[in-house]
Amino acid sequence: MSDYTRAEVCAVAIAEAFRGDGEILVSPMGTLPLIGARLAKLTFSPDILLSDGVAALLATVPPVGAKGPPPVVEGWIPYRTVFDVVWSGRRHVMMGATQIDRFGNQNIACIGPFQKPKAQLLGVRGAPGNTINHATSYWIPNHSTKSFVAQVDVVSGVGYDRARALGPVASRFHGIRRVVSNLGVFDFATPEHAMRLASVHPGVSVDEVVQNTGFALMIPDPVPQTCVPSREELRLLREVIDPSGLGNKEVKA
Amino acid sequence: MTPAQVIGELRDGMTIGIGGWGSRRKPMALVREILRAPLKDLTVVSYGGPDVGLLCAAGKVKKVVYGFVSLDSIPLEPHFRAARQAGAVEAVELDEGMFQWGLYAASLRLPFLPTRAGLGSDVLKINPHLKLVKSPYDDGEELLAMPALTLDVALIHMNRADEAGNGQFLGPDPYFDDLFCMAATRRFMSCEKIIPTADLLREGCIHSLKINRMMVDGVVETPGGAHFTECPPDYGRDEAFQKEYAASAADPEQWRLFKAKYLDLASEDEYQKAVKAR
Repeated sequence: MSDYTRAEVCAVAIAEAFRGDGEILVSPMGTLPLIGARLAKLTFSPDILLSDGVAALLATVPPVGAKGPPPVVEGWIPYRTVFDVVWSGRRHVMMGATQIDRFGNQNIACIGPFQKPKAQLLGVRGAPGNTINHATSYWIPNHSTKSFVAQVDVVSGVGYDRARALGPVASRFHGIRRVVSNLGVFDFATPEHAMRLASVHPGVSVDEVVQNTGFALMIPDPVPQTCVPSREELRLLREVIDPSGLGNKEVKA
Repeated sequence: MTPAQVIGELRDGMTIGIGGWGSRRKPMALVREILRAPLKDLTVVSYGGPDVGLLCAAGKVKKVVYGFVSLDSIPLEPHFRAARQAGAVEAVELDEGMFQWGLYAASLRLPFLPTRAGLGSDVLKINPHLKLVKSPYDDGEELLAMPALTLDVALIHMNRADEAGNGQFLGPDPYFDDLFCMAATRRFMSCEKIIPTADLLREGCIHSLKINRMMVDGVVETPGGAHFTECPPDYGRDEAFQKEYAASAADPEQWRLFKAKYLDLASEDEYQKAVKAR
């Protein structure tokens, strides 16, 4: 029995995605992204701006899904201001993905043909505008051949092959930092910007990642292991950010 | 006005913009009034929530223009999903920011506004009517030309308003309700409470007066009129009711019961009574 959970490893890997982000709006979608972004703010990225998920920018870091003292509000960010920030580029979003392919094209719109889908999902939401305007990362808590696919059904978030086809001008603000799943961390640090296995989480084999991925990943040799949480990170996660353990409900193991 | 008088102004085939966002401050009393009317073939333009779901379930909709349709605390809208998966409605799915740009272009009487949003994504593939535009300046950059989303009618819900059509939001986000109004030929605002003009600054600061009477043709007082979506600070989302709504959508018999209990009623007053009685 290790003294940290898989969810806590994921939280630290997610936080690492925001390292060096400076004074920009970080928009995490999903429970562990919320936890990871708050961990980044409390440790190595104190300058990032985080909202309360409604319309307030918070100077303090409240616990997720638990009552704490009222947070300190440092600004107002209604949706139309969020859009302005998106188009100005001072933002890093971490979105989910029902499907993602080897160049980082993401689908959250629907499964099957668009005219009459097998499953209607959210819609493209802000993914097209986000990905063409500023830094993007993804969080996929259910890594499988159904989520890591050869081809996505509707390109909502733009991947590297699509960005390249647009040419250097239109794609100059595009960039996918990393993909964090329940099995590992992935980036696009390859000549073609094809997805690469950057690290496997402790307790996960490279084979398990390969078996659960519907396309050929670039695999470095050797494959590093994802950093495990430090004692201080565990304290922040358990006592300050996620005292009710919501992260462990999103990723079990 | 009354909800029935407002909806009496609508005609088959019209393009109706609905304010709010997801399951937040939606003009639900007016949406419920559309359900009672014989209207059909509507084009609904919305940052969609249960407004879109209910209108789809009632067969009122020919086309939906949206960036997303969601109940927020329940991510997917069951009736909208069913309509899409049956191929029952035409879908114009846009990036959320493009959607705003479309309303803004219509507000400013411009044919389009340029944006980078949408480039490289399948938004262009699933909307073959969208075109690109080249910057006439030295940069020569190619951008997406988001066409104006011109509306026949806008329906919005505010916390407070006066008789003249000045409207006030008291919650944290104005959403895009002002743009919906400015993009539309006819504009109707429901509100929790109509108050004297002189009282408009009693509950909110001057910045909360986002809607003014130039932007509105008719006002209707509908207490609880955003139910079951949230309308803070007057009330939060009725999560229990929303769960009942979403759960009933999964089963035709349950939906029939839900409809009989809450929707097949003669008026908004009866709806509010049925909600309170549960």
